[in-house]
Amino acid sequence: MLIKRPDDTCPSEITPPEIYARRRELMKAAAAGSIVAAAGGLSSRGASAQGGGLAKLDGVRKSAYSTVEQPNTYRQITTYNNFYEFGTDKDDPARYADRLKVKPWTVVVEGEVRKPRTFGIEELVKLPLEERIYRLRCVEAWSMVIPWVGFEFRELAKLVEPTGNAKFVEFVTAYQPETMPGVRLPVLDWPYVEGLRIDEAMHPLTILAVGLYGEVLPNQCGAPIRLVVPWKYGFKSGKSIVRIRFTDKQPKTAWEKAAPHEYGFYSNVNPDVAHPRWSQKKEKRLPSLFATRDTVIFNGYGDQVASLYAGMDLKKNF
Amino acid sequence: MLRFDPGPRAVGALKAVIFVAALAPAARLAVAVAAFPEWLGTNPAEYITRSTGDWTLRFLLATLAVTPLRRLSGWHWLVRLRRMLGLFAYAYGVAHFASFVAFDHVFAVDEILKDIVKRPFITVGFAALVLMTPLALTSTNAMVRRLGGKRWAALHRLVYAIAVLGVVHFWMMVKRDVTEPAVYGLVLAVLLGYRVAVARGRARDAAAAQRAAPPVR
Repeated sequence: MLIKRPDDTCPSEITPPEIYARRRELMKAAAAGSIVAAAGGLSSRGASAQGGGLAKLDGVRKSAYSTVEQPNTYRQITTYNNFYEFGTDKDDPARYADRLKVKPWTVVVEGEVRKPRTFGIEELVKLPLEERIYRLRCVEAWSMVIPWVGFEFRELAKLVEPTGNAKFVEFVTAYQPETMPGVRLPVLDWPYVEGLRIDEAMHPLTILAVGLYGEVLPNQCGAPIRLVVPWKYGFKSGKSIVRIRFTDKQPKTAWEKAAPHEYGFYSNVNPDVAHPRWSQKKEKRLPSLFATRDTVIFNGYGDQVASLYAGMDLKKNF
Repeated sequence: MLRFDPGPRAVGALKAVIFVAALAPAARLAVAVAAFPEWLGTNPAEYITRSTGDWTLRFLLATLAVTPLRRLSGWHWLVRLRRMLGLFAYAYGVAHFASFVAFDHVFAVDEILKDIVKRPFITVGFAALVLMTPLALTSTNAMVRRLGGKRWAALHRLVYAIAVLGVVHFWMMVKRDVTEPAVYGLVLAVLLGYRVAVARGRARDAAAAQRAAPPVR
């Protein structure tokens, strides 16, 4: 496949990381430092370092697929999340997701494959990890830039050898009623299920992310392993995946089941397909107040992925 | 019933306290935008739109709570707070709409109009705001006199429809979890249900009075 450099927004267009966030980080680091010092003297993290103090991931390579746009801060990325299993408010996941039981964690890979297998998360983080700084566009018309760490989905597919009947891939996410306060309400048909066409899944931009800012994923972002499909609306990128099924039939996704007229199977970022609640013409790059950015088809990844949809009516197949 | 009958001075002081308290959410948003955006989290615009919308509904419900509370408690002075509560509902409603105009559309009039026409939840919310406008404009004593008490009261019954539209707007806006709008809806149902019950009771009493000769005391 031809690897093109994504055509990016130039960095000068982007609001620089806020000084206030910096200032608070410094204060927090100082406070953490004094606590640590009082406890008996481990060294504290550098004040300017981004991250949540979680385990570092080793051997992470840079990628030409990364955007040069300024990533959002760790705090922004980890305090404003849609993870309905922990509640429907954006700050619920940060508040409750620490309960998620992430150890032990296995991912069952099955269906139309020659070598179905169950992988422990320890094996998966040994696949070739790359930092992928991707734009994330939510269907709610906001966007962020996120430095994921992950491996290409096709690396995993190689290990299980999909058969010729594998036309789609279904991603089933964790359902832990004992740790997830949100699943008590029938907000969605739990567990949350997402799906991709096989060629979408096998595209090099599609990754299974296991990290953020060089560390393992914080729970609210879908620990320990989640899907990231940067040219589709964020809800396509399922969190905390436990089962991956290669199938010959198009999977029914959670949002399709909940509101078929609002959320299609493809859900590619598209300024010309309005959602009943959001026109999608513009987007707000957080934490900006104003929705001043034009939404770009395929979230700006058109050079890489437009060919997947050649000849398709994207308005009908929304 | 608990007797509590503050004099005009005390009511005035209470009004002043409520006035300041009612401004607090707006003041907090203004201070945050000016100096402490981190108070408002990662999506400050959404926070502002949500918060002003929430306060619009809360003040609408507070306005509608005055009459039932008054009747149940006998605290007739409560009616002196009603206009102010209603005007705060309108002010927060205007701020809510302004945040949509400024943040979501950056003042692009054609896109704003399209959104109002095409997105039913916006249509409903906008209708509520439009209907509130004549009520705000006729809230002065001079306007009450000019319209005459009966006509004024008839016009201001629009508030029932406005509150229903407001809750429906919120209900349609949430993606899946309707818990919060349901709570507002329940409170509104109680407040409106009370009025229906009172009206029915009156009709029944009138009918009964017609059937039977009035008791002689």
